[in-house]
Amino acid sequence: MIKINNLYKSFGSLEVLKGITKKIKKGEVVAVIGPSGSGKSTFLRCINMLEEITSGDVIIEGKNITDPKVNINKVRQNVGMVFQHFNLFPHKTVLENLMLAPMKVKKLKKEEVVKKAKDLLKRVGLEDKGSSYPDSLSGGQKQRIAIARALAMEPDTLLFDEPTSALDPEMVREVLDVIRDLAESGMTMIVVTHEMGFAKSVANRVFFMDYGVILEDAAPKELFENPTHERTKEFLDKVLNH
Amino acid sequence: MTYLETLKEIFIEGDRYMYILKGLMFSINVTILAAIIGIVFGIVLALCRLSHFYPLKTKFNPLSQGALIYIDLIRGTPAVVQLMVLANIVFVGSFRDVPILIVAGLAFGLNSAAYVAEIIRAGIEGLDKGQSEAARALGMNYFVTMKEVIVPQAVRKILPTLVSEFITLLKETSIVGFIGGVDLLRSANIITSQTYRGVEPLIAVGIIYLILTSLFTKFMRKIEEKVKN
Repeated sequence: MIKINNLYKSFGSLEVLKGITKKIKKGEVVAVIGPSGSGKSTFLRCINMLEEITSGDVIIEGKNITDPKVNINKVRQNVGMVFQHFNLFPHKTVLENLMLAPMKVKKLKKEEVVKKAKDLLKRVGLEDKGSSYPDSLSGGQKQRIAIARALAMEPDTLLFDEPTSALDPEMVREVLDVIRDLAESGMTMIVVTHEMGFAKSVANRVFFMDYGVILEDAAPKELFENPTHERTKEFLDKVLNH
Repeated sequence: MTYLETLKEIFIEGDRYMYILKGLMFSINVTILAAIIGIVFGIVLALCRLSHFYPLKTKFNPLSQGALIYIDLIRGTPAVVQLMVLANIVFVGSFRDVPILIVAGLAFGLNSAAYVAEIIRAGIEGLDKGQSEAARALGMNYFVTMKEVIVPQAVRKILPTLVSEFITLLKETSIVGFIGGVDLLRSANIITSQTYRGVEPLIAVGIIYLILTSLFTKFMRKIEEKVKN
C-alpha cells in the first residue's frame, strides 16, 4: 500500500507538484494521464525518491521514505521502475543487466540468479537474447528487457514512466502486452502514459493531472466517458479526436 | 668523409650516446612518476568537483570550489612557471637535496592532475543521467552504482583522451632542463655543445620521442580494445 500525503515538489522557484494526497492499494493498476508539463513524471519519480521531495510524505508499506532514517535503497528494492528511455546498462549483456542488482544488492547466489533471469527472459519472450548487448536490440525489445530487469528484484510495486513514448509505433504493442500480463498477475502498478486505449483497458483507476494536482481520480470508464472537470474534457477531446 | 662517419663522430665518439640513454631514462622516469601522481591526485580532484558536499546549508561546496580554483590556477599558468616555483621557492632550504627527478615528477604530476581531473569529470558527467537513475532505482547504493555502472562506462569514454594527455606529458617533461634536469632534450643540447652539430642530436631525440609515443599508443589501443567489451 502506498500513501501519499500533501506532496509538494519544487524545482527552484518552479512549483511542479502542488499538494497531492492519494492512497494506492495493493494490486491496483493506476494510469496517470495529463498534458505534458503537468507533473506526471515528477509525481512518479517522487514515489521512489529519484526526485527529492520538497514537503509532504510518501509512505510505502508503512515506511515513510521522506524520513532520513529510512534506508531508501531498501525501499527501492521493492519498488521497480521502468523508464521512457529504457536505461539499460550498455556495457553488460542482457542477462548481466538482469543479474546485476539481485547479485550486488540482494547478494543472492549466482546460480539462483541466472535461473531466475532466464525465466524472466522467457516471460518477456526474449529467451534467445541473453548474451546479446542492449545496443543490438530494437526499442521494443529493450523495453521488455528493462521490465524484466525491474522484475528480477521481485518488487511489490512497479512504476512506469511513459514506457512506450520512445518506441516506434509497431513496437508499442509488444511492450503493452507484457505490462498487461503483469497487471493481470496482481502487481501494483503506476503507469504514466499517453496510450489512452491502454489506460482504458488495463487500469483500475485513472488519475488526470494538470498544473501539479490530480484533478480527477476515477475508474477508467467513468473518467473517459463522463469526465467531471472541464480541463479533463478538453484534454480528452484533444487526444482522442485528432 | 661520408655522412655516416660524421654521425659516428657525433654520437659514438666519447660515448656521447650515453647522454641520450641517460636522458631517455630520466624522461621516462619523470613521466611515469608524474603520470602516477597525476592519475591519483586527478581522481581525487574529480571526485571533489563532482561531490555534493554542502556543510553550510548554502550553495557553497568547499570541496568543489577548492578543486576548481586549483584546476584554474594550474591550467592558467605555464608549466615552466610551476616547475620553477616548485624548484626555486618550495624545494629550498632543508629540501635542497631532494633529487631533481622527484621535484620534476611532482611538478608535472601536480600539473597533469588538473587536466586528468577535468577529463574524468567530463567522462562521468557525459554519461546519461538515466544510467545512475536506473541503478539507484534498482536499490543500488552510491558506491555500487559507481563501481558497477558509472566507472566502467566512464573509463571506456575517457581512455583515448587520457592517452593523449600522457603523450603530452611525456613531451612536456622536456622543459625540465630549466631546473637542471638532464632529460632527452637536454642531452641533445649537451652533445651539440661538444660537437657544434645542432641538427643531428635534435633529430635523434625527436625520433626517440616518436618511438616512445608510438609504442605507448599501440599498447593503449590494445587495452582500449580489451575494455570495449
